[in-house]
Amino acid sequence: MVPTLIGRIQTRLFLLATVGVVITLLVMPVVPGAAGPLGDLYVTGLLVLVAVGVLGVGWELLYHFLMQFRWEKDWPTLFGLLTLVPEGLLLYFLLRSGAVGFIDPIPPAAFWTHFTVVWVSMWLVANGPMRVPFIRWRFRGGRVL
Amino acid sequence: MVASAGIPMYDIPFLTAGGGIGSFVTLDYLRIYGVPTSQMRVVSNIDHPWQTYEFLTRCSQIPRSERIRSDSSSRPDNLWGFPSYALEEAWKDKNPAYLWQLLTEPLLNDYWTPRAGTVFENLEREAKRIGYWDMLVKGQVRMVRRRSGGGYFTVVTPPEGAAPTKRIVFRSRFVHIAVGYPGLKFLPDLQEFRTKYSDYQHVVNAYEPHEQVYEFLKTRPGTVVIRGGGIVASRVLQRLFDDRERLGLKTQIIHIFRTFVTGSHGPHIWARRKGGDGWAYQGFNYPKSVWGGQLKAEMRKLEGADRAKKYKEMGGTNTPYRRRWQEQMRAGRSGGYYHAVQGTVDRVERAPDGRLVSYVRSSDGIVREPVADYIIDCTGLEADIAEHRVFADLLTYGGAGRNPVGRLDVERHFEVKGTASGDGALYASGSATLGGYFPGVDTFLGLQIAAQEIADDLARRGFVRKMGPLRSTSQWFKWVFNSPV
Repeated sequence: MVPTLIGRIQTRLFLLATVGVVITLLVMPVVPGAAGPLGDLYVTGLLVLVAVGVLGVGWELLYHFLMQFRWEKDWPTLFGLLTLVPEGLLLYFLLRSGAVGFIDPIPPAAFWTHFTVVWVSMWLVANGPMRVPFIRWRFRGGRVL
Repeated sequence: MVASAGIPMYDIPFLTAGGGIGSFVTLDYLRIYGVPTSQMRVVSNIDHPWQTYEFLTRCSQIPRSERIRSDSSSRPDNLWGFPSYALEEAWKDKNPAYLWQLLTEPLLNDYWTPRAGTVFENLEREAKRIGYWDMLVKGQVRMVRRRSGGGYFTVVTPPEGAAPTKRIVFRSRFVHIAVGYPGLKFLPDLQEFRTKYSDYQHVVNAYEPHEQVYEFLKTRPGTVVIRGGGIVASRVLQRLFDDRERLGLKTQIIHIFRTFVTGSHGPHIWARRKGGDGWAYQGFNYPKSVWGGQLKAEMRKLEGADRAKKYKEMGGTNTPYRRRWQEQMRAGRSGGYYHAVQGTVDRVERAPDGRLVSYVRSSDGIVREPVADYIIDCTGLEADIAEHRVFADLLTYGGAGRNPVGRLDVERHFEVKGTASGDGALYASGSATLGGYFPGVDTFLGLQIAAQEIADDLARRGFVRKMGPLRSTSQWFKWVFNSPV
């Protein structure tokens, strides 16, 4: 899929709300370094997804801008995977600094395990299986609606 | 009137003329949406949908074992594009390197592209699965005309002896035309030479069989002039370089570019394509975003001159940057057997010794006169759509018109503008429709995009139900298990 701006944002939110939620429910019970009741972990995990979505709108604007320097106006598969590094780092430091007050502090191992597994799963789904139920998605720059 | 003329007439709700990959993917879509084979026919003079494509790729030096210039997820046999060709080849060849290439393309690696053979084998599998040959009617389409009662008549010449009359007629509500390239066009100076000397052996088009060139070069050292700067020129060069390496030949190559690209080019920093050594580099025939990204969205909104301008901006002959080709050309330049020059050719003459002299004028005024044993035209010029009799007839009598770049004018859903007839519709896809709201028409994925638009339009008209996520998923599983639609 070669994205348009609105398609990028929609795809991100859609995948967070589907793949992201399912993966969070699956991995939170087994992430390393996390303590406390499972309910609280789930709340934290889901709030991280919300933060990835909200910050993501800003990130997508930046990616869209950078994409303009590419003749093909494409976004190589690898970029979609590697952007987990800056996005993860920013969110991690925001959480550590307490700037996102409504999310409880998460141990580093728990954060990175959850974040990476969710990201890679979303990336894998976006690079293939997503096209199976949604045959028009890739021709519309990633728009779901 | 038709009946009284004694011409047999058959009713078929949907008919597609052409029988190449354009017809195939349209039928594939409609079969998967749920149209039974009894409702559709494809009229064609070829036996299987990839026949013409395979002929042209083989001539232009891509046999089944070589890789075509097409994206991994552009699969005419699989409308979902998943699993992509790379996943399939990686699985079958037990070669995870393909996946690494797919992951790192086009940054650390060339674009991964499928083998021609992979494409043809899968097309055959899918054609069997959807009952393609139950829908095939052999014959040559002569014309498509509107019916006064709505819908269309398609006049077909069946193969000799196949029918009692010289013509048969189909009466349909919907007709789709995907007859491919109207024809090949030669560079004018080469056409003139061929006509003047009646020599069709030494001046050849890369899209016609020209194995004699390579055979000659095996017997004695010779010189070849290549014309054109596109993918076909790249492939022909590779063949010449490969033969040179493999057989120790002494072939000299003179490569004439009309437009010689020396580096990155384009009007501003957001519209600059890479290039060098004569070539403009681009992964595929179009910038990647025409098949679904920004360019597709932009073009869809443009009309008239604005659209023509956009086509011009992203157009121009180009070829992919492939590391293997770069190596071979570098070796050729340093070894003194590959010479690339800019120039336009005024004329080609036959020298007293029977060889071919090209009179090449460069933009700096220098005139060169390279002498060669063979000239291979790799420009791939296409003839005007009116050269094809079905289009000529539609333009004259059918209400069809031309788009801003001179080809067949179609709507966003690929209905030919001005040809509506009652509750029927006439669609066209492929090369003839270049210049429309969607640019990548003459590509695998472009044909599928057109097919999807057509299928969705037919759904709006009540011919079939629009396919949603559930049917799509269940149909995908049928594809996976190769069970009938």
